[in-house]
Amino acid sequence: MTSTVVIDKAAPSRPVQLRSMSRDRAWALKWSYFFLTLFAIFSLVPPLYMVITSLKTSAEISAATNPWWVYHPTLSNYVELLTSNQFLTFFRNSALVSIFVVTITMLISVPAAFALARMRFWGSATLATGVFLTYLIPETLLFLPLFKMFAAFGELTGIQLINKWYVLLIIYPTLTVPFCTWIMIGYFASIPKELDEAAIIDGASWFQTLTRIFIPVAMPGLIAATIFAFTVSWAQFLYPLVFTTSTDQLVLPVGIVTTLIKGDVFAWGQIMTGALLGAAPPLIIYAFLMDYYIAGLTAGATKG
Amino acid sequence: MADVAIERSATAPRTVRKRASLRTALKRKSTAAFLMTLPLILLIALLVIYPAFYSLHLATLNKSMQRFIGLGNFQFLFKRETFWLVVEQSCIFAITAVVFKALIGFIVAHVVHNIPAKGQRKWRGMLLVPWVIPPAMSTLAWLWLFDPSYSAFNYLLAGVGVDRIPWTGETGWARFSVILVNIWFGAPFFMIMYLAALKSVPDQLYEAAAIDGANWWQRIWYVTLPMMRNIIAITTLFSLIVTFANFDIVRILTAGGPLDRTHMFATWAFRIGIEGGDIPLGASVSLFMVPILAIAAVFILRDINKRGNEA
Repeated sequence: MTSTVVIDKAAPSRPVQLRSMSRDRAWALKWSYFFLTLFAIFSLVPPLYMVITSLKTSAEISAATNPWWVYHPTLSNYVELLTSNQFLTFFRNSALVSIFVVTITMLISVPAAFALARMRFWGSATLATGVFLTYLIPETLLFLPLFKMFAAFGELTGIQLINKWYVLLIIYPTLTVPFCTWIMIGYFASIPKELDEAAIIDGASWFQTLTRIFIPVAMPGLIAATIFAFTVSWAQFLYPLVFTTSTDQLVLPVGIVTTLIKGDVFAWGQIMTGALLGAAPPLIIYAFLMDYYIAGLTAGATKG
Repeated sequence: MADVAIERSATAPRTVRKRASLRTALKRKSTAAFLMTLPLILLIALLVIYPAFYSLHLATLNKSMQRFIGLGNFQFLFKRETFWLVVEQSCIFAITAVVFKALIGFIVAHVVHNIPAKGQRKWRGMLLVPWVIPPAMSTLAWLWLFDPSYSAFNYLLAGVGVDRIPWTGETGWARFSVILVNIWFGAPFFMIMYLAALKSVPDQLYEAAAIDGANWWQRIWYVTLPMMRNIIAITTLFSLIVTFANFDIVRILTAGGPLDRTHMFATWAFRIGIEGGDIPLGASVSLFMVPILAIAAVFILRDINKRGNEA
């Protein structure tokens, strides 16, 4: 008798509890999506507003209409910028600087990371720590002495480097090489020792071990480092602002800020179009290689 | 016994030869390693360490850089009101922005972690966009959103009956805007780092906590936070350095105005050193970033070494 009562009691209570649990879950999920939408709006408002403004004419921008809506969409801003020689020069300078800097960075940091990860030599541990420390030094600490150094170098040797876009090829590696070396050390160190021992036994030289084994195996790390180097050199603003002033030597970010903003007359349609085109290369890379991008981002602190 | 002796005598010359060849190999290996790291060493020595010490030297010169004036630049700075403003603002901006970045990053990482796995990629992709756009470009968009006469935010606020806000024109609002843009730019980095850390916390720990009757708050406090402690520390210190030394955002958004009320060390050093032409004084301003950066760097190194030992 008592047992049936217990069953009677238990029978309805169990499904109820399950239902309340799943209701909690559904509730939590709903709140999660609510917050996600909120944060996504917060993150995407500036880029979306760039797109909105870039599709407007100056007349529509200065009219007192709803700024969040495009009434007469036009591509004239894009056409104007992409046919302007000045803008194309900025784009070319940026592309050249980024591509060369990525190449230089890889040529310096991959062999160095290999040596630091595998070939223990006197001072290698200290050097690895030193590389990481240099990554922590911000560019805002070094721009004044560097500027003075290059000015003095120009006076001393007659080779004028300031106000030439290629001076950035010398300076940008200070930003990219330490971090790329650091994450490549992490990737190389995670490769099993047996692999390169086998290669050495088979008669491979150190150089062959690097090119035939380490680089192919650590390819994901290499891609992440390449993306990092490209993004940093594309986005850098302070160094080109300090080192280049003639309009034909400027890179994209500085070019847009200094030439499109003319006194009080803000050509906002063009500025936003320029900013969007300037943001496009990193965004496109990110859209296709998001996983490598994130791997590079998290590698700095999670590998050590 | 005899066997051993014979063996020894037989192996002795071989080991000597082996040792010699080993030594040459080691020599070769270390020279090869040295040559491979040489470009890196040269780069760091010539373009990072040398300028760092050179700026110490520069800071002791007068404006025309011809006369040694010792600590004169520093004495001059200490007497200027703007300098103390810059110190105060840099600290306020960096600390406030980092605290909010960390909080928002923590919440968003949890929320993303909470939803079904197949939707996570899409949301993560959208939420990381601020970090991908070059800050100089996205700050331009913010500048346009904050425009004094055509501000799109003011348009929305006018819809709900709020007066127009001078986003970059008034001290309080200008500081708020700078911090807001800093948070917008930096929070995704925290989100990604925390998300990576959250994924590495074993599920068994949460199951054990659930069996022990822990509620969600206790699960976060006693399981998640201790497991993520190291990542949180490293990310916060990284971000502190980056925010403290930030240049792009303030430069484009307010250029230090109104009345120097949003200058940070980097932008003020640029104003004095490049625009004002007083390189030594600018160098002495930027040198004031060193103590805070050094403290943060020491803590990061300690944490990373600890992590290395654990692993």
